Amino acid sequence: MKTNVKITVNGTVYEREIEPRMLLVYFLREELHLTGTHIGCDTSSCGACTVHLDGKALKSCSMLAVQANGMSVTTIEGMANGEMHPLQKGFHEEHGLQCGFCTPGMIMTAADLLASNPNPTEHEIRESLEGNLCRCTGYHNIVKSIQHAAKEMQS
Amino acid sequence: MIPSQIAYQKPESLEEALNCVGDLGDMCKILAGGHSLIPVMKLRLADPENLVDITGIPGLKEISDAGDSISIGACATHADIANSRPIHSAAPMVSKAASMIGDIQVRNFGTIGGSIAHADPSADWPAVLLAADASINMQSRSGSRSVKASEFFLGLFMTALQTGEIITSIDIPKSAANANSNYEKFAQPASRFALVGCAVAADNSGDALADVRVAFNGVSATPFRDGGVESALTGSGLNDESISAACGVAADGVDVMSDHFASSAYRKSMAAVFAKRALKGLS
Repeated sequence: MKTNVKITVNGTVYEREIEPRMLLVYFLREELHLTGTHIGCDTSSCGACTVHLDGKALKSCSMLAVQANGMSVTTIEGMANGEMHPLQKGFHEEHGLQCGFCTPGMIMTAADLLASNPNPTEHEIRESLEGNLCRCTGYHNIVKSIQHAAKEMQS
Repeated sequence: MIPSQIAYQKPESLEEALNCVGDLGDMCKILAGGHSLIPVMKLRLADPENLVDITGIPGLKEISDAGDSISIGACATHADIANSRPIHSAAPMVSKAASMIGDIQVRNFGTIGGSIAHADPSADWPAVLLAADASINMQSRSGSRSVKASEFFLGLFMTALQTGEIITSIDIPKSAANANSNYEKFAQPASRFALVGCAVAADNSGDALADVRVAFNGVSATPFRDGGVESALTGSGLNDESISAACGVAADGVDVMSDHFASSAYRKSMAAVFAKRALKGLS
């Protein structure tokens, strides 16, 4: 029993016929082949699958694609606009990644933070990342990367 | 992990939704943010044939001032609640608990109605709603009813919500006690669920404490008001001695949970510690 959905992803409207049980992360990865959004724990803990839904950070393994029908999704692939997003540059400049698996989720969560709080303190950055895990334990440089981006976005 | 096959409906009015859940009965689950339900469906601990998504119903997300109470729509997200000024002035423990649930991503989409319908004993809402003396408003196609939080949480994942009913809103009374309230929790570091959560509210406007309410989640399979702590504090002043003495009886006589995170003896001593911290936050 399939259902039709119309979901805007990174500015493009996609219409697909899907099973209602399909999770949003599988819709992105397997229907749209946007594999920048990763599946880590698949239990709403690690945050690797974080995307934006109507501008707010969401763990896309915890929502069905049908719930996003009519809504707008931004994934890591939608962050660069001709050139890298300041957060992407920040992670590059400050060595904010080792294996890189958690990076798309980290960037999407950080983008949500910076949208509401353009000049966060180190503590606020660390608090905002409570739902994103890094197994390389690169948190220190991740925080520096976000600070780098915040600075660039303000200048 | 992939849930079992389901059919999905998203009614556009409350009447349509009530007819849907009335017709489907036990064959459906109500879906709001899905942040409790989808994970258990992925684990196949829940296996509904139908989902009725109530987030398309107008008004169900609203937080409004109803005069002698604040009404929180069932589909208000934890983030909506954490950011609401009227809630912060009427009952600071409600805002604080909302801001401590899960993580940013979960708070952005998880809803209060969904969380309390799921009734995880380690979730943050039960203690807060018990201490706030909140009412839960429910509707079915045969009518509406309102029950106190104390009659709503019945046990491990068990509530007073009947088949065919939808939670529509939660009322937080405006009272001197709720205006002077606090919530503290000992969070399990990975899940952020409460190993112990304690919500307290007390009217300290007179000579002595009155209308004292102390409630716990995470401690036993059913969240509860702690009558021992409440009566020890009632009529006394709010100071280190009275708080220490009262917290000495925290969770006495309660069947305290034990799991691989915390033994029952440890949980019980943490109940006293977190009750003390919560009470010290009152003015």
